[in-house]
Amino acid sequence: MASSPSLFFFLSFVALFAALGVVLAKNPVHSVLFLILTFFSLSGHYLILNAQFLAAVNIIVYAGAIMVLFLFVIMFLNLNADTEPHKSTMSKVAAAVAGGLLLVVMVAALRDVQTANTFNAATFDSQIGMVSQLGMVLYTKYLLPFELASVLFLAAMVGAVMLGKREAGERNF
Amino acid sequence: MIELPTLGWQSIVILVVFGVSLLIATYCTYAERVIAAFLQDRVGPDRAGPFGLLQPLADAVKLFTKEEFFPAGANKALFIMGPCLAMITALMSSAVIPFGNVIQFGNNVFNLQGIEVNIGMLWVFGIVSLGVYGVMIGGWASNNKFSLLGAIRAGSQNISYELAMGMALIAVLMISGTLSLREITLQQSVAGEWHFWNIVKQPLGFIIFLVCAFAETNRTPFDLPECETELVGGYHTEYSSMKMGLYLFAEYVNVFVASAVMSVLYFGGFNFPFQYELRDWLVSAQGWELMSAQNLISVLGLLGLFGKIFAFIFFFMWVRWTLPRFRYDQLMRLGWTILIPLAIFNIVLTGGLILGGIIK
Repeated sequence: MASSPSLFFFLSFVALFAALGVVLAKNPVHSVLFLILTFFSLSGHYLILNAQFLAAVNIIVYAGAIMVLFLFVIMFLNLNADTEPHKSTMSKVAAAVAGGLLLVVMVAALRDVQTANTFNAATFDSQIGMVSQLGMVLYTKYLLPFELASVLFLAAMVGAVMLGKREAGERNF
Repeated sequence: MIELPTLGWQSIVILVVFGVSLLIATYCTYAERVIAAFLQDRVGPDRAGPFGLLQPLADAVKLFTKEEFFPAGANKALFIMGPCLAMITALMSSAVIPFGNVIQFGNNVFNLQGIEVNIGMLWVFGIVSLGVYGVMIGGWASNNKFSLLGAIRAGSQNISYELAMGMALIAVLMISGTLSLREITLQQSVAGEWHFWNIVKQPLGFIIFLVCAFAETNRTPFDLPECETELVGGYHTEYSSMKMGLYLFAEYVNVFVASAVMSVLYFGGFNFPFQYELRDWLVSAQGWELMSAQNLISVLGLLGLFGKIFAFIFFFMWVRWTLPRFRYDQLMRLGWTILIPLAIFNIVLTGGLILGGIIK
């Protein structure tokens, strides 16, 4: 695609802008909306990389389901500037140190990434992000991690049902 | 095939799809009143124009000239964003619906579809799952308890019914083996053999999908987010003027898209019975060219699809004026304890039938 570089820079700008918005917005509902915008620009990146399935699933799962739940909970909590608890200097410093350490780890991880000459037109498979290709790889080469992940999800589901279960003698309404 | 004219043609198709969605939504408001009047043995709208056909225009003028009201303490930006989001998400999903087969002029092949993507079904599903944001944001930004309750109901209702809807879709996927809506349509009719639409292979899945479609479009009997007996007007209590109109409009566009998706997935889309026989008869007995016969079939298929869509829209309205509204706990119980287990059973059943070679 000829327009890819400019599209890439536009999407990156939106992603970074929205991600900053998530952190800097005072209103939690605004933060959630910025986070949804971030997911959209990430899906745009997936589309540029020809990973249509990943793009669609990212929208469905993150923007469509998880963020709706986020918004749901935040609406219930009714947070605003008046009710925001005052955070101590200690926790602010701890948060800054933790975030800085994460940055160091990511820089260390990305430092040795080979950026030039990794693309080979002869061996490049343009269909690699398509659903059928992804399914083939998931169910043959990566079957064990895939199944283990599903066991993890099952455990999480059972845990959620256990937590949400009405106990004997408890009245909810 | 030259690229630019095709692109130009596709953009015209997209504009036409956009216009047709809006036109159908406009006349849905009229149809709703006429059908309600018919079911309740009343006359219905008959003042504006012949048979009251100009009623939607009169409604639009009324809505535009009403006062724009902003409630005190409302989050103004989000208050405006709510109806806009509802409308945008409603209009986006019709882009991938194949309204007709290809039309050919010489070497140029035109696709009667906005955009053909190989993840069409996921696109529709993704946009549907975003549709709830308009309602939630509008309801929250109104700074009103009833609006907030409506918004929260909309959020939990949509998430609950999306699960069963997705699982009903998975069973269709298992049969079709593709996510492209156009491919799914083409598979439902094969020349020269006796071929059934997906409704025959997926009766249970269709019923689950239909019930979920009612919940996702917030139509009675599942219109709990705007339930006026409990919540005044639900999420749009504070809305007036055209912002209110956009919410109502978005609901009808959603009904149109849901009808189109059901027609495509389960009722053969633009296929109609004996289309290949008709084409072959035109070619052999009437001496038509194959291309023009094929074009005629495509146009008839387009009309056929709209016939199916209108039948579904009528069904939506018929149910609305027949069934009473569910209670909220009944709605949740239906979604989580009946529809989801049924949908899982449907997946297992479909898998068994495919393994047994009974359906393919």
